[in-house]
Parts: sequence; structure tokens; C-alpha cells
Amino acid sequence: MSLEVPDGSLTALLGPSGGGKSTLLRVVAGLEVPDSGTIEFDGEDVTGVPVRDRGIGFCFQHYAPFRHLTVRKNVSFGLEVRKRPKAEIRAKVDELLDLVKIDHLADRYPSQLSGGQRQRMALARALAIEPQLLLLDEPFGALDARVRQELRVWLRELHETISVTTVLVTHDQEEAMEVADHLAIINEGRLEQIGHPTDMYDHPANEFVMKFLGPATQLNGEWVRPHDLVIHRNPADGDNAGTVERVTHLGFEVRVDVALEGGGAAWVQLSRGVANELDLASGDPVWISRTGASGRHGKGQPTARVPSRGPGTDGAPLQLLAPDPLAPNTTS
Amino acid sequence: MTGRWRLPLRLAALTYLGFLVALPVGSVFYRAFQHGFGAAWHAISSPDAVHALWLTFLVALIAVPLDTVFGVGVALILSRHRFPGAWLLDAFVDLPLAVSPVVVGIALVLVYGKSGWFGNWLAGHGITIIFSLPGIVMASATVALPYVVREVLPVLQEIGTDQEQAAATLGASPFTVFRRITLPSIRRSLAYGVTLTTARVIGEFGAVAVVSGLVAGKTETLTLFIQDGVENLNLVAAYAGAVVLALIALAVLAVVGAGRRGPTDAPTKERGTPRWRSRSDPSPSDSEVPLLSTT
Repeated sequence: MSLEVPDGSLTALLGPSGGGKSTLLRVVAGLEVPDSGTIEFDGEDVTGVPVRDRGIGFCFQHYAPFRHLTVRKNVSFGLEVRKRPKAEIRAKVDELLDLVKIDHLADRYPSQLSGGQRQRMALARALAIEPQLLLLDEPFGALDARVRQELRVWLRELHETISVTTVLVTHDQEEAMEVADHLAIINEGRLEQIGHPTDMYDHPANEFVMKFLGPATQLNGEWVRPHDLVIHRNPADGDNAGTVERVTHLGFEVRVDVALEGGGAAWVQLSRGVANELDLASGDPVWISRTGASGRHGKGQPTARVPSRGPGTDGAPLQLLAPDPLAPNTTS
Repeated sequence: MTGRWRLPLRLAALTYLGFLVALPVGSVFYRAFQHGFGAAWHAISSPDAVHALWLTFLVALIAVPLDTVFGVGVALILSRHRFPGAWLLDAFVDLPLAVSPVVVGIALVLVYGKSGWFGNWLAGHGITIIFSLPGIVMASATVALPYVVREVLPVLQEIGTDQEQAAATLGASPFTVFRRITLPSIRRSLAYGVTLTTARVIGEFGAVAVVSGLVAGKTETLTLFIQDGVENLNLVAAYAGAVVLALIALAVLAVVGAGRRGPTDAPTKERGTPRWRSRSDPSPSDSEVPLLSTT
């Protein structure tokens, strides 16, 4: 696979568990050695560069806090290893703790922090070395739902503040769509599609991406989004006739299952207002058509590269182009 | 356990310990000072006794660091690398515990003794191992070899490699990672392993008896000095030596005890030892976290 990460972007590697996302991230970091292929930062081949010289900020799935060190010492570790002057380290750490909003916890130990606090400490620790690339492995995986939601928003805001090129791994499509400005869908070691989240949602390259990024249903053998379907009470040109099987009210949305005349079944997602207007009941004859310009898979993909469904990662070059190093004063 | 069984159980445990430990050790103390403190002091300050004490100290000084370095190394290899034959190394570490110390001594004589495999070569180069200090150190180091590995290995496996990898991404060299991340993480278990090693080296008798040659004032350690005293009916010396050995053992135990209790505020709790976790630790929660202060 070939994957390019644009300068300053926040890219999400999205895919089902066990699909090779974390492995890819670890290969980029230098924690694992690829069987073949190359990693390039800003056009420079770093495949053989050891992890400690890559200048990468890596946040581990379980944060990997240094348990015997205080929050402050955790964050300053990278700077101390680089033998920076004490005063500089102190100022930098204060700045970072303030940035991730755990300055009041500086003298605590990791065991005295909550999951979310540990996550932010790990982030501050990774940012301390002013990495040219920030890698986050399932950054919100180990947190409960509410904290996860808050941290997503916070991470996006943080990225806007410091604009360091960031790659994060997640299996949660909602999380990826919300946080990232670039998506790379990875499945079974293959890159399925890469591009902007909305483009990919509207123009998925294939069935897998279509189904993974959101709800999908089939009409005339094509995959469509159920909210792109319209139900009519009366037939018109090009409509598909069918019978309502079931109407399910899910709070704001209403799900209508329809048995199609030509065989097969589709489901349509309606808003409550529309559903009330139609006043559907099971057994009603209906006609379904598509709305909007959203395309089916296989059609125009402005930003996507169609992945090779070939031999997978083995043998294919792995490229990762990272941008210029950060502007010097990234954390102010 | 119901209340009415508690007292008899305690009594049974205390009686058992009393007959097995307190009574024999106590009687050694009693017999050592039976003829007065002066006699005991005279026996233990004889040149042979002082030399035995010195030799024991010297052997511990060499053998314990050897076992410590080897033990940490093997624990690192077994926990951080996968290689064919790892199970064999793992099993070999336990071998000195499984076989009798006498067998360890005899095996060393077979290999390094005058008629042993390397005997001629060693003699030709003027090196004596058996019946001299190197042999005693080797025997002691061998029997005490498993302790550091067995204490440190589970902790290394438990803490995993995440912290070490994180340190590497932050720019730390492998040695820095070991010194600043790995070593502090295994500090407690390592201290405990070293203490056990020390106790074993100081108290070892069987293996050392075979390789030392039992020359009083030359190759006699403290345990051999005691045995010598018993055999030659120099009982006061034997008991006095035993008291010294017992006092050293008590000191070692005290160090372990202090280390185990540890400073209560130390947050470097190793997960495998929850006894250090104080109950009053407020369990941190995300709810109090001020997030997203929109400034």
C-alpha cells in the first residue's frame, strides 16, 4: 500500500480491529521493522532510522505512563534525555501541562490520575520533544463514552492550536469522522481508500468503505445510504415498487423496511416529520427513489486513490510522507 | 474461619514454629553463652574464626554481584526476546534449586578439579579453582543463581514493554531506557532477589564443603567453621559461630522486611504487590476534570 499523509493534517487510520492499523502506526514510528517497503518523512527515507532518532511523538493505547515518575517528570523525560538546560525544561513542561490542562496535577503519580488525565499526560509527554509527527494508537479506546466524547473535541481543538501533523488509529468510524480531516480506511492489511471524510462518505470506493463509514442498503444491486432514499405513496418514473414490512421508531429517526417487488429488501431512514406525514404502516404499497447527488461506489472520487486489491502490504512499498518539522514555537 | 477455631489454630502454628525454629535457635544462643560471654568471644575471635568470617564476606562480595548481573540479564532475555530454546534456559535457571548442593559441588570438582576436564589445562596455567577461593565463589554463585531471576522475571513480564518503547520514542538510548525506566520498575523485586541471594550465599554449606577442601584458616567459610567445631568437639566455637551466622541472617531479614513495607507514600507500586496500595488512595475519576475551558 502507498499512503501519503499531508503536512499539518489530522489523519485517521480507520478500520476493523486486527486490520493492521496499529502495526502500520508502529512501523511508521520505528517500533516495528517492515518486511519490505519504505517510510519517508518529507521525502527522506527513514526506514532504517532507529525509533529514538525519528523525532516522533507516540501515544500508546494504554498511555504507557512511567509509573515511577511524577506527571512533571514524565513530560520532561524526552527533554532530559536530550540534555536540555534545566530552566528550559521547566518552562517547556509548565507550558505543556498548561496546554493539556493538567498543570494542577504536576506532582501526582500516574496511578493517581484518571484515564483521561493519563491520556493528556501521555500527549504532553509526546509533544515535549516537538515531534515532526504525532502518532496516536487508539487514543480514546480505553475511556468511557462521555470522556471519549469530550477528549475528541479537545483533541481537535488542540490540533488546531499546535498544527502538528497527526496520525491516529481508531476502529470507531464516528470518532474518525468527527476528529480527522483525512481518512485512510484499512482492512485486512490493505488500504481501501484515502481522502476527506465527507467525500469518502458520499463517494466510497467500494462496498467495504460504503458499509464501514455509515449505514448502507441495497437498491437495484447498488449500495446506497438509507437516508438518501425517498418513499412515495404514488408511483413515478424510475421508482422501485415495494411493500412496507416494518416501521421502527428510533427517537429522532424512523427506520422503514421495505420488501421490493423485484425481490430483495431495502431500508429507508426517515426523519420523524417525514415519517409522520407519510403515515406508513406495514403492508402499505410504496415506491422508492433516490435523492441528491451522492454517488454510488465506483464513481468519481476526487481525493481517493483506488487501492490495489493485490497482494496486500507484503511486497508493496509503504510510503509515508510527513511534512516539514513544526514551526519552532508550536505549543504557545 | 469461625472465632472458636481461631485460638487453637494460632496455638498450633506457634507451637509448630516454636519446636522447629525458636527452640533450636534459642538453645544455640544459650549454649554459646553457657560458659560466659568471654568464652564465646574468645572462640569467635580466634584467627581461624575471623578468617572464616572474612572469607564468607569475601565470597558474598563476589558471588552476589555476579548472580545479580547474571540474574537481571537472564530475566531481560527471557522477558524481552523470543528465541528457540528459551524454555531450556528458563529450565536451566532452576536447576541449582532442583539438585542437591552436594551434587553442584561434585559437578564442579568433576569439571575443574585436578583430574577434571579442564584440570590439566588449569594446572598448566597455574590456576587452582577447586580447594581455593574461585571454587568456593563458583559453588556459592551456582546454588544462589535462581533467586534474582525468579524475583525479577515476573515483574518484567508484568510491566511489559510499553514504557520502554515510550522512552525509546522520546529519544532514550537502550542503556538510558534500562537505567531510567526498567531498573526503577524492578527495583523492589531486585532488592528482594539480591537479599535472598545474599542469605543463600552466606548460609551455603553442602556445595562449598565439597569444593573448599576444609582447610581451617584458609578455605573455611563460616558454615564450614561451625561444622569443624562440632566435629572436633570445639562446641563453644561452633555455637558462637552459629550465633554470628544467625545474627547476620536476622539482619538480612530485617533489611527485607523494611524493603517490603517500603515508604507508604511511594506510588511506584508494582501491580503484582497490592499490599503496598493504600486503601485511602482516592480513586481518580474523570468527572472532576476541568476540560475544554474555552478561553
